[in-house]
Amino acid sequence: MILVVAEHRDGKLNRASWEAVAAGQALAAGQAQSSLSILVLGANVGAAAAELSSAEAQAVVTIDAPALEPYTADGFTAALSQAVAELKPTTVILPHTYQTRDFAPKLASRLDRALVTDVTALKTTGGVTAFVRPMFQGKLTADVVPQGDTPHFITVQVGSFRADGAARGAAPAPVRPLAVAIDAGAIRQKPEAPFQEARQAVDLSQAERIVAVGRGIKEQDKIPVAQQLADALGAELAASRPICDAGWLPMARQVGSSGQTVAPKLYLALGISGAIQHLVGMKGSQTIAAINKDPDAPIFEVADYGIVGDLFELVPALVDALKE
Amino acid sequence: MKIAVCIKQVPARDWHPRLNESGSWIREQDAAFEMNEPDAYALEESLRLKEKHGGEVVVCSVGPARVAQVLREALARGADRAIHVDGDGFSGADAFVIAGALAAAMKEERFDLVLTGLQSDDQGSAQTGVILAETLGVPHATIIMEVQASESGLRIKRELEGGWFQWITMPLPALLTIQSGINQLRYATLKGIMAAKKKDIRRVEAPAAAAPKQRIAALYAPEKSKKTQMIQGAPAAAAKELVRRLREEARVI
Repeated sequence: MILVVAEHRDGKLNRASWEAVAAGQALAAGQAQSSLSILVLGANVGAAAAELSSAEAQAVVTIDAPALEPYTADGFTAALSQAVAELKPTTVILPHTYQTRDFAPKLASRLDRALVTDVTALKTTGGVTAFVRPMFQGKLTADVVPQGDTPHFITVQVGSFRADGAARGAAPAPVRPLAVAIDAGAIRQKPEAPFQEARQAVDLSQAERIVAVGRGIKEQDKIPVAQQLADALGAELAASRPICDAGWLPMARQVGSSGQTVAPKLYLALGISGAIQHLVGMKGSQTIAAINKDPDAPIFEVADYGIVGDLFELVPALVDALKE
Repeated sequence: MKIAVCIKQVPARDWHPRLNESGSWIREQDAAFEMNEPDAYALEESLRLKEKHGGEVVVCSVGPARVAQVLREALARGADRAIHVDGDGFSGADAFVIAGALAAAMKEERFDLVLTGLQSDDQGSAQTGVILAETLGVPHATIIMEVQASESGLRIKRELEGGWFQWITMPLPALLTIQSGINQLRYATLKGIMAAKKKDIRRVEAPAAAAPKQRIAALYAPEKSKKTQMIQGAPAAAAKELVRRLREEARVI
């Protein structure tokens, strides 16, 4: 049995959960006699379970416990290790979110089972499934086969499977509560309420055009080079994480998994290599153009137009060309 | 406070990937290596904590003889001593194997706090730190952007997605995985480089390797998801052509 662990906040499922369901269904389709169940855990998970029951699945299993709200790594590991012992899945699929990253290695370690993270595709041949994932900052791709006893744990990269591709059932899947024992006193992390820093002054998600800079800009004094191009295009200026880490542009202009997710008509990437954490934030853009000195930069895998060259020569030339 | 920092030596950022003959791993003999960047931020954070609270910073790494180079670099930046789990069998090793080797070498030291980067720039599985915490039996938190330590424990700022954060309190001993950009990195001074030569790197024999939990069946250049039109030519001509295509084909400007 394949078990998909859905993620929600205040009863509202995230899109990554439906992507994980789609991945689970794709895996089940490649295996004989394989069924799929979906698990959702937390406090007051009724609404999330009802939404999930529209999926084509054998069952939606709920773990409803006050000790699971708010999320903690200790609480989730305790609950899910019991659920896995009870349900005996062969594969457990989770969305590769920050929350999953926080507890999944602990869960796999406690059960002494394999975990393959950041999976973007499946390759099943002769009954053996290899899980495809990026390595070396996206410069290479690996087919990884988990080893040892099942269940194997798999996390799927956000945006790799289509949420709207998840099959819906003819009738709602039955919802079954599962009771687990969680000792609230044994949870060592004490979380406070999530907050946003007062820095969301820039809403890049509404921008029609974005010029984004990466490490290739080399120094803070060169940022105006990119700004001139942004001005000429009527575009917002954005950046990959290292540029914001260095303080060259404010964090509010960061695109990627830890920043904003954007889908402009035009995304022009200057000196951005294209690590997966950046790509997940911008690959939904309508048209992507990339300038990079490295012909093997992963950004070219998602670009519609590419130029290999020196951005300090090409950007002024673009500004000139736009004036014509 | 007795702090351990786990660092990994990974191929340098400008390294051009080349595969071994079986296509299951890289040709390591061709690669230049450097300190995994997220781990450098973990090291910096440990040095700042030591400056504030006193104690000791011990850097730990797993790998062949070449790993001593990043340990020496960490000592030059200010770490007090190093532990090197020395073995040739860690090429392409998964997070369970690395965490198991680290745990065996670190257990007796009884560290108050263990820091590491949130993931490595090579395999990037983002698992080693969390597995190590579970193996050592200490609580953990991941993707940390601020660390406040006191005698009663830790108050840490965890990064969530999309610009959200959360404070968490936790007892010590504990393990944290550190997000890049948490601080500004320092570089080694000449004095630090000289001092590092006298600092101790304790070499630990690699333990009998745990059974691997992953097999890399194939490693290859990524397949393109889009048919990219590469525009050739001198900068002025290429720029002109890109503008033309964005106007006439894509119609986005």
